[in-house]
Amino acid sequence: MNKLEYDVINETIYTEQLDNGLTVILLPKNDMAKTYGVFSTDYGSIDQTFVPIEQSDYITVPEGIAHFLEHKLFEKEDRDVFADFGKQGASPNAYTSFTKTAYLFSATTNIEKNVETLIDFVQDPYFSEESVEKEKGIIAQEIQMYNDQPDWQSFMGTIKGMFQNHPVNIDIAGTVDSIKTISKDDLYTCYNTFYHPENMVLFIAGNFDPSSMMEMVKTNQSNKTFKKMEELQRDYPEEPKEVTEKETTIQMPVSVPKCTVGIKESNQPLGKAKFLKRDLCQSMVLDFYFAKGGPFYQELYEDKLIDDSFSFETNLEKNFGYSLISSNTAQPNVFASKVKSLLLSTNEQTFTEEEVNRMKNKQIGHLLRAMNSLEFIANKYIHYSTLDIDLFDIIPTIQSLTVEDMNQFIQSWIEEDRIAICKIVAE
Amino acid sequence: MESVNEKIINEGNFRLHIVPTSKYKTINIVVKLKAPLSRDTITKRALLPYVLQQGTKNFPSRTDLQNKLDDLYGAVLAINGSKKGENHIISVRLEIANPKFIPNASNLKEEALQILQEIIFNPKTNGGSFEETIVEREKETLRHKIDSIIDEKMSYANMRLIDEMCKDEAYQLHVNGYKEDLDEINATSLYTYYQQILQEDQMDVYVLGDIDQKEIEQKLPTLLSKSRKGESAEETKTSSYQKKGEPKEVIEHQDVQQAKLHIGYRTNTIFSDNDYFALQVFNGLFGGFPSSKLFINVREKNSLAYYASSRLESHKGLLLVFSGIAPTDYEKAKDIIIEQMNAMKNGDFTENELEEIKGLIENQLLETMDHPQGFIELLYQQVIGGKQITPETLMNQVKQVTKEDVIKVANKMEEDTIYLLTNKGGSNNE
Repeated sequence: MNKLEYDVINETIYTEQLDNGLTVILLPKNDMAKTYGVFSTDYGSIDQTFVPIEQSDYITVPEGIAHFLEHKLFEKEDRDVFADFGKQGASPNAYTSFTKTAYLFSATTNIEKNVETLIDFVQDPYFSEESVEKEKGIIAQEIQMYNDQPDWQSFMGTIKGMFQNHPVNIDIAGTVDSIKTISKDDLYTCYNTFYHPENMVLFIAGNFDPSSMMEMVKTNQSNKTFKKMEELQRDYPEEPKEVTEKETTIQMPVSVPKCTVGIKESNQPLGKAKFLKRDLCQSMVLDFYFAKGGPFYQELYEDKLIDDSFSFETNLEKNFGYSLISSNTAQPNVFASKVKSLLLSTNEQTFTEEEVNRMKNKQIGHLLRAMNSLEFIANKYIHYSTLDIDLFDIIPTIQSLTVEDMNQFIQSWIEEDRIAICKIVAE
Repeated sequence: MESVNEKIINEGNFRLHIVPTSKYKTINIVVKLKAPLSRDTITKRALLPYVLQQGTKNFPSRTDLQNKLDDLYGAVLAINGSKKGENHIISVRLEIANPKFIPNASNLKEEALQILQEIIFNPKTNGGSFEETIVEREKETLRHKIDSIIDEKMSYANMRLIDEMCKDEAYQLHVNGYKEDLDEINATSLYTYYQQILQEDQMDVYVLGDIDQKEIEQKLPTLLSKSRKGESAEETKTSSYQKKGEPKEVIEHQDVQQAKLHIGYRTNTIFSDNDYFALQVFNGLFGGFPSSKLFINVREKNSLAYYASSRLESHKGLLLVFSGIAPTDYEKAKDIIIEQMNAMKNGDFTENELEEIKGLIENQLLETMDHPQGFIELLYQQVIGGKQITPETLMNQVKQVTKEDVIKVANKMEEDTIYLLTNKGGSNNE
């Protein structure tokens, strides 16, 4: 068990990769009442085309299957896992993203028992035709719920406008039609390929004893056998650097129109140091311009183009990245062209020392604030660890960023053909 | 469990709540201003949080103010209005990084307190008035907000249920106010009302984090109370309601894919009542968790919904049920929900299930306390409810609840209103 101490933030981490390949990360925080455990696989909605374990040819599976699988792991032949956790005072949950499927619980009692339940239920699938059919009704309602949400439609609409081939353009939950075709055998194929310990991380944060916890996990894993895992082969199609649809309009019965401007971020493969720098620059620059009080925010605000719903986000993954700027607006066309011209003007701008220092202070403060949350730490740590980056090294990296770094970034950040617009308007 | 160390100091014109704890990486300061819900003031109160964030005397624009906050290691300011029982509360929250983790940031706490004081007591003004352009611009923001509620179907259905259920009660007032009232508000009338808030609202100030109690006790009152005379001692009592014979059913049609079925019950028990703890356990068994009756029966056994749950409005005495279903499943889902309520009234749950739920409630409370904002809200419940029930007491009392207690509160429950938002396919498609 490796012990890593981080004085800057007063945390200690214990890690170990077990014989079967599973990575275990422990973060004891004994002044918290709660413990949060997450068992995560490097498998999400974008992993549509791959070579199944012990086979040699690529297959493509139905849209929404990673998310369907996430639902189905909770049901066993004789019981529901929600009830198992309930008996042990824990609240379980799970989520599927573009790149990950994660199972989690939080609890204040029976911690080791709950961790064991988490590992065991994820590593013991039970799928039957009957239970697969039954789930289709539930997931169809989940999809319909999203279909009625303008925010989600605007988000996915922009992603679809940006990405031509990359499966990030597929709805995470699939469609009501695509999930109908999912069978029990499809689920086993995906499960056996992507839920191998080698492809998974277990992160426990909270109130527990690290050595006893690590022992428990090791014993649990040594009692199970897994097939030998060859290198996972996933296929992502070639994606052009420019967007596929510069402008999309979706009709929905909304009372206030909505508009999102998407920046298809550079998907150049980067080494880990460069990746983190780019990741930080992307989010700090976006925040600089678009946070309340920021120069672009103020212009949009004064022109009455945005309201309280205004938001922005950015995401950089191994093989895709995007930034989104979104608002309810009475004038979606004006909003879109204004945001676009503001973005295009960044190529000629430079930051001052004072501005960069302020950006760095803010980023550090916000990171510390987010670290109040065990969920944030666990999920972000896993996110960065799949990119071989240590979350707790981010603060020193922010401190090391220079005015030149930031200026270099904005000079090449925006290109017109990497901007996509999505409008949600009433008929 | 770590015992809660909340020190409450009555400063005469406000109460200071100091909670020293080292478990967070930030320090939270929250100022709460509370007044009874009223149609005359609700729109002004909804507008004020937007206006107050636009600048102060010394930081006269949003950009100046934001730059100052950013310089304070990304201090986060949030101001909003909320409804708790028949009260409206304006919360001004400032969260700063614990200076311990930042080299050379020793003045952070003092500067944060200063800026908070300035935001509340020295907003940007123009004589005896807010800045007119700011007020007009923020009226636009609020107008948009009011218009867009209908686009979020879950919140819309919830609002409509309360409209129908609490028609003649203050609780039905919309937390975002009313468009028709906005026209009459101007920079002067808003400022005059804000002065009244500062003088008369009940004010509670929470400071939570890695702090020295003595230091806060000395510094904060001089900062905050100099500009304030006193407060009205007016306590809000929840208004009574007209008992309906039969539950009311309201069906509304819109262009939606999924129907929202929301049901409102009167619990006839509020926070300060002795059977409040049993009500918490009731809600846990009925619909508060994934192992509750609603989730198991509506979702797991019948595949009718992705979500089906219930929650309490503790100060108003309401139990609200939420579910998203296919429009054609309305009757079926409604019957199943009503069946679960009857099962609760008949005591159709085991001692084991009761104990499990009590464990989950305790877990939930402890988790809430791990989150600084959640912790403050939990403590503030006591101010709203007008009764001291510390989180520790709450947990201990929940443990004492018996099956009979739960059956008793179940039988006090009255179904009041069923609200369905469904598609335009006509109401006969069930």
